[in-house]
Amino acid sequence: MAGSITTNNLSASFGDIRAVEGISIEIPANKVTALIGPSGCGKSTFLRCLNRMHELVPGAHASGEVIWDGKNIYAPEMDATAVRRGIGMVFQKPNPFPLMSVADNVSAGLRLAGVRKNKAAMEEIIERSLRMAALWDEVKNKLGKPGGSLSGGQQQRLCIARALAVEPDVILMDEPCSALDPASTQKIEDTIEELKSDYTIVIVTHNMQQAARVSDFTGFLLTRESGEPGRLVEHGTTSKIFTMPDRKETENYITGRFG
Amino acid sequence: MMSLVAQLRGKLAVKAKPARGKLGDPVFSGLVFLAAFSIIILMALMVYKLAQVAMPSIREFGLGFISSSEWDPVKEVFGAEPFIYGTIVSSLLALIMAVPLSLGIAIFLSQFAPRWLQSPLGFVVELLAAIPSVVYGLWGIFVLAPFLGRTVEPFLSDHLGFIPIFAGPVYGVGLFAASVVLAIMILPTISAISRESMRNAPREQKEAAQALGATPWETVRIAVLPLARPGIIGAVILGLGRALGETMAVTMLIGNRPEISASIFAPAYSIASVIANEFAEVTAGLHMAALVELALILLVITLLLNLLARLLVQKTGSRALRKGGR
Ligand SMILES: Nc1ncnc2c1ncn2[C@@H]1O[C@H](COP(=O)(O)OP(=O)(O)OP(=O)(O)O)[C@@H](O)[C@H]1O
Ligand SMILES: [Mg+2]
Repeated sequence: MAGSITTNNLSASFGDIRAVEGISIEIPANKVTALIGPSGCGKSTFLRCLNRMHELVPGAHASGEVIWDGKNIYAPEMDATAVRRGIGMVFQKPNPFPLMSVADNVSAGLRLAGVRKNKAAMEEIIERSLRMAALWDEVKNKLGKPGGSLSGGQQQRLCIARALAVEPDVILMDEPCSALDPASTQKIEDTIEELKSDYTIVIVTHNMQQAARVSDFTGFLLTRESGEPGRLVEHGTTSKIFTMPDRKETENYITGRFG
Repeated sequence: MMSLVAQLRGKLAVKAKPARGKLGDPVFSGLVFLAAFSIIILMALMVYKLAQVAMPSIREFGLGFISSSEWDPVKEVFGAEPFIYGTIVSSLLALIMAVPLSLGIAIFLSQFAPRWLQSPLGFVVELLAAIPSVVYGLWGIFVLAPFLGRTVEPFLSDHLGFIPIFAGPVYGVGLFAASVVLAIMILPTISAISRESMRNAPREQKEAAQALGATPWETVRIAVLPLARPGIIGAVILGLGRALGETMAVTMLIGNRPEISASIFAPAYSIASVIANEFAEVTAGLHMAALVELALILLVITLLLNLLARLLVQKTGSRALRKGGR
């Protein structure tokens, strides 16, 4: 099914250091899956394995399978740039291209993919992407302004719009709200809610309430002892993980967070 | 009355606390100011002195000095045009050759080279900058110029000879050979500085491009070069400055003939070279004055180009900041 991702025994390392090990998880299409776990347990590393961003870090290596749309993205014949186009990413820190205009930021991925469209068609895609990211009304009069001139929350939604414009199957979000104020966070959560009918979303978050609010499924990662790689302790529907988790560690983490 | 005293005391107390800093501060800032100011004084003094010595020539030839191309110490007729031409053209040719190559080196070193290769290669590039220019000149005259005269120049003049700048006889030694050596000499400056500014390109920017499916080169183009631009322009300015003032290597290679030819293979002359070649045998006052006026002109060219480039950097730099800032 388009947009679903299944990992089989996925492990990732930085040089000799194992960061995550043996992760097998199913990420269903058109749902929001949240990844939670204490700092340093490998959530970002795992997420970055899903679109082959991990291997761009010097010395980094991943093994195991990531099946996207029936194909293993780590198979030798797969083109990493094509994978990244189909599985978009939004980072923790908003990273629009600061000197590029708002409109050009949104269309950057299309232009990189060599998509040639006339001006009207391009403008339509730009508007649609910005609307989906709940940013259109705020920037429609400053499409020519540089991306760096927006507020932090707007920049993050611009990044979401930029990721959406190339029409990926999956969107990976690594703590997309951690640098934002509550109002911007609210907007992005609303955006995620809207997007999920068309996209598969994986979101890493430290905010338990956020995970509970936006996600359908939740996976809990943990490093059992320091120096050990992070592993997937448990995953299931969000309501189950948050109300009656199977594992004691999961319960401790969640209740500990709630206090 | 009481309150005044109290106030005073309060003030004193406030003042007394950071006394050491307060005493050190004016002394330090005074010293720094003096240092900075002395540079300006020195500069002004130098220009004044040079202008004083050059005065006879300035009086005699006026603005015609710049546009006349006759240089004859015997007849005491002096014109600077061929030297100005040689200086500017050799430097620009050097830039045209060195900038693309340097940027290639900088991009490779900062973005693509494996780690173990980065520092040794960077070190070699920086080492190139440390070679004395007389060594470059010597190498240029015994190795490079004959090589160019045997291979590159005949090739260019055979195939592109219909363009005047590549036409005409080839000598080996000439404007072209001088430019090539200059290009090699400014290469390390430009590549080292632009590498530094490219290395500072934020990782987040590169990841943004990569996550959109950008190839390595596309990543450089949209995530590295735009932010590195002010640094690159600065690097080019420094390279240009070095090329304009380079004396020894140019003197040995440019051919030292005060002529302006259409062909870049022809011999030419530069301001720095003519000063170096003739100052020792100067006898008459006017000859001396003309040489010093040449020095003044070189100073002015350098200052103007620096100013221009600085304006360019400030403009793009501040724009980048404005755009980049939240
Ligand atoms: N570039 C790197 N080089 C070496 N080790 C790294 C690198 N990035 C992460 N690690 C290590 O990999 C492990 C997992 O890191 P990761 O960033 O995936 O954790 P995380 O769960 O995302 O943490 P956080 O919640 O703080 O973002 C950590 O032990 C970390 O030290
Ligand atoms: Mg992380």
